[in-house]
Amino acid sequence: MSQSLVTMSYIVATILFILSLSGLSNQETSRRGNYYGMLGMAIAIVATTLSDSVNSYIILIMALLIGGAIGVKAAFKVEMTQMPELVAIMHSLVGMAAVLVGYANFMDSSITISGVEKTIHEVEIYIGVLIGAVTFSGSVIAFGKLSERISGKPLLLPGRHWLNLGLLIAAIGLGQLFLQQSETGGGVLPLLLMTLIALAFGVHMVMAIGGADMPVVVSMLNSYSGWAAAATGFMLSNDLLIVTGALVGSSGAILSYIMCRAMNRHFLSVIAGGFGTGSGGESAIVEGEVHPIDAEEAAQLLQAAKNIMIIPGYGMAVAQAQHTVNEITKLLRDKGKKVRFGIHPVAGRMPGHMNVLLAEAKVPYDIVFEMDEVNEDFTNVDVSIVIGANDIVNPSALNDPNSPIAGMPVLECWKGETTIVLKRSMASGYAGVGNPLFVLENTRMLFGDANASMQAVLKALKG
Amino acid sequence: MKIGIPKEIHQGEKRVATTPEAAEQLIKLGFSVCIESGAGLNADISDEAYKNVGVEIVKNVKTLWKKSDIVMKVRAPEQHPELAIDEVEMLSKGGHLISFIWPAQNEQLMQKLAAKEATVLAMDCVPRISRAQKLDALSSMANIAGYRAIVEAAQHFGRFFTGQITAAGKIPPAKVLVIGAGVAGLAAIGAAKGMGAIVRAFDTRPEVKEQIESMDAEFLMLDFKEEGSGVGGYAKTMSKEFIEAEMALFAQQAKEVDIIVTTALIPGKPAPKLITKAMVESMKSGSVIVDLAAEQGGNCELTEKDQVVVKHDVTIIGYTNLPSRLANQSSQLYATNLRHLLTELCPGKNGVINVNMDDEVIRGTTVIKEGNITWPPPAPKLTASPAPQTEAPAYPAVLEQQRKSYMPPVVKQLIPIIIGGLALFGIGAVAPASFMSHFTVFVLACFIGYQVIWNVTPSLHTPLMSVTNAISGIIVIGALVQISKPDITVSILAGFSVLIASINIAGGFLVTRRMLEMFRK
Repeated sequence: MSQSLVTMSYIVATILFILSLSGLSNQETSRRGNYYGMLGMAIAIVATTLSDSVNSYIILIMALLIGGAIGVKAAFKVEMTQMPELVAIMHSLVGMAAVLVGYANFMDSSITISGVEKTIHEVEIYIGVLIGAVTFSGSVIAFGKLSERISGKPLLLPGRHWLNLGLLIAAIGLGQLFLQQSETGGGVLPLLLMTLIALAFGVHMVMAIGGADMPVVVSMLNSYSGWAAAATGFMLSNDLLIVTGALVGSSGAILSYIMCRAMNRHFLSVIAGGFGTGSGGESAIVEGEVHPIDAEEAAQLLQAAKNIMIIPGYGMAVAQAQHTVNEITKLLRDKGKKVRFGIHPVAGRMPGHMNVLLAEAKVPYDIVFEMDEVNEDFTNVDVSIVIGANDIVNPSALNDPNSPIAGMPVLECWKGETTIVLKRSMASGYAGVGNPLFVLENTRMLFGDANASMQAVLKALKG
Repeated sequence: MKIGIPKEIHQGEKRVATTPEAAEQLIKLGFSVCIESGAGLNADISDEAYKNVGVEIVKNVKTLWKKSDIVMKVRAPEQHPELAIDEVEMLSKGGHLISFIWPAQNEQLMQKLAAKEATVLAMDCVPRISRAQKLDALSSMANIAGYRAIVEAAQHFGRFFTGQITAAGKIPPAKVLVIGAGVAGLAAIGAAKGMGAIVRAFDTRPEVKEQIESMDAEFLMLDFKEEGSGVGGYAKTMSKEFIEAEMALFAQQAKEVDIIVTTALIPGKPAPKLITKAMVESMKSGSVIVDLAAEQGGNCELTEKDQVVVKHDVTIIGYTNLPSRLANQSSQLYATNLRHLLTELCPGKNGVINVNMDDEVIRGTTVIKEGNITWPPPAPKLTASPAPQTEAPAYPAVLEQQRKSYMPPVVKQLIPIIIGGLALFGIGAVAPASFMSHFTVFVLACFIGYQVIWNVTPSLHTPLMSVTNAISGIIVIGALVQISKPDITVSILAGFSVLIASINIAGGFLVTRRMLEMFRK
């Protein structure tokens, strides 16, 4: 295949990728979008394989088959609640591939360029490896945190900002050294050292971030994996890689921005880690009496209601309650009640996490709404059910300027008639809880495992 | 513990405090249950039925009182007509009694019970909060009274309730006015509606308008602003002007309607007189008034307690114990209320009750604890309807804090632009042409990505991430072009990259497909 034909195939693949992403703008076209993506990828791979620069087919096909088989297995095995972990680990693979390609390119002795072009090429390798390594180690830590192999609590080393700055300066210094040495054909040592520093930086960065900030981290790593691909594209002078990397990179960046806005936090303060640091004054301690109810009473409240809003949070994913929730939704809808779901942008551990879980449980997507679509309407809601969510329904975000989540938009369920909050437990009737919602006059607490509670409510509704 | 149920001795009282179904549940809670022989006969429940579920039948009433740790009754204790002994005397010292008590009206009875060191739970003192609804005997009895009021009215009313057009002529529907839309009033509205009458209803509390309209009755509005809701979901006494406007409305309605059901009660006070003699006189002959407030003196001036009288051609029904006239039904509901109360009292399901005064419901219901009078309880914290919401006050403060900044906003916006411009200029100054063409592609691709991604619906953010994940597997191309290099190390590195990148491609696309298949309408 001639170089022009390969380039033409790349253009087609690029267009298909753009169509693929734009297909995701709504549910009807999304499946088609995914097929566009597959087609684009197939064209790109086949065209590259048939190009003049490739002739070791055996190793190539074997690698493709083995990798493909592992991917297929993972795709069919994964539980929907584990999606964040899967996405995180796949980011790490892209990062690792970027590092390996960078090294391979560095060791490739057949490239003959010199002068500024050579310097730029070396810089591209250096940056590609740097981004790849950060993506790789950061994603591995994110995977560990999401799958609870590592504690979700933020690890805050003393002077961590200075540590990060030190790592950055060291990386720049090593880059200088790398450029000097590679003039004479060396430079392996600075490159290796920088890789280690980048790995350490990735680990440190994600370790410092708390579990609730995970949606930002996952989308940020998504973005990095894109930039890593783009950097590789520069290094190899390959426009397809540059374009695709840029698409993915900007996608992840926008998602990070949306997540940060949904939490009313600056991107930098999330990345710098540690929740609530630097906020002035003590936030108010909430005191009051909670009103516990049992499943039967919750069922009675639901029976009496006409307009019901369900607000799921990460707790629903942990308890795997989405199927039971769907059963209840179906039952209530059959009784002619209006049931809707209100989804906060940062509910769960990655963007859109709740939507996927609800879709898995076969909740029809036209009753699942975004926060902005339903927040105005809570005054008409008879009963809201909050399942395993806390911060996203916390009124102190709006009225307590000292709260760590002050200013974050929340689902204002307390404006409805009654709110039922499903929660695992609360130490005593009077508790210094951080969420004043729990002690409001029109809030009822249903304690216990979310799935078990929902099962009991379902039983009571049927009986 | 042993639960005893004596036969009711109040004249005309046909109810009984437990049914076989409820007794079976109590036995499951670990209690043993005994009942006086014949206690259920008036409610059509035979001794045999009780015996079948494991209830002990006791012939002698004194033995029954003596051996029971908990006595459950409908009516408050009173003088036994045959044995000539007060029921309080028969209660064992330190025993438990659960029944209607009416502590406000029966001070003497309270003293006597306290002297017995008894623990007394009054079914008329159950707090009116949502959690206690299932043991609210006043509501369940009022429901029956409201239904029965319409049945009584129908019996004394000489016409159909429903309108009909027959070969023998046209029959207009009956018009029913229900005053007071509490539980009894709403039940009366439902029953009258069910029989086909035209129903109107009036209440001083505006929040019941919706409930009345939900039962398809007409809510009579009074053009007057005054909130009639008191604490605990009950009505309160209204101002003089309000009552005058109200009376004018009733006088006008009395001329139009055929049947009036009054249920207006204010706790601890004699019933308000709403239907005057003049109004009764103005009613059509053959009309019926059912006065559910007869016990507290009646809402109608001409009501006679426990009697049906005909005055000015209007039948006025003043029965005070309507639930007892539907004895089987009311026994079932009352027994269920009692069973729920015992479930609350006995959380361990071990047949031992614990009068936990920290529990709001039990606290309110308990009027005497081990000889100490604990009535009246502290005011209930919740009403059946939510309290008006207070607005969040401190919202602007949050915004102000955010706006505080060291730089004027214009400068802040300009800084990234300036930095970006300088960086681009720096690159342009040194970079060779070949780099610039790639850079052009890169910047344009970023903009396309920016435009495309903003259109993605938030519910598809997870599929978006997994599909971009798959697409970022495009890095496989980078590995592919290097795999055939002569250097073996390069080949191995590239081969391994191909492997892991293809995991990404296959896994990413397929899991996206799996997810998207789930999104269904």
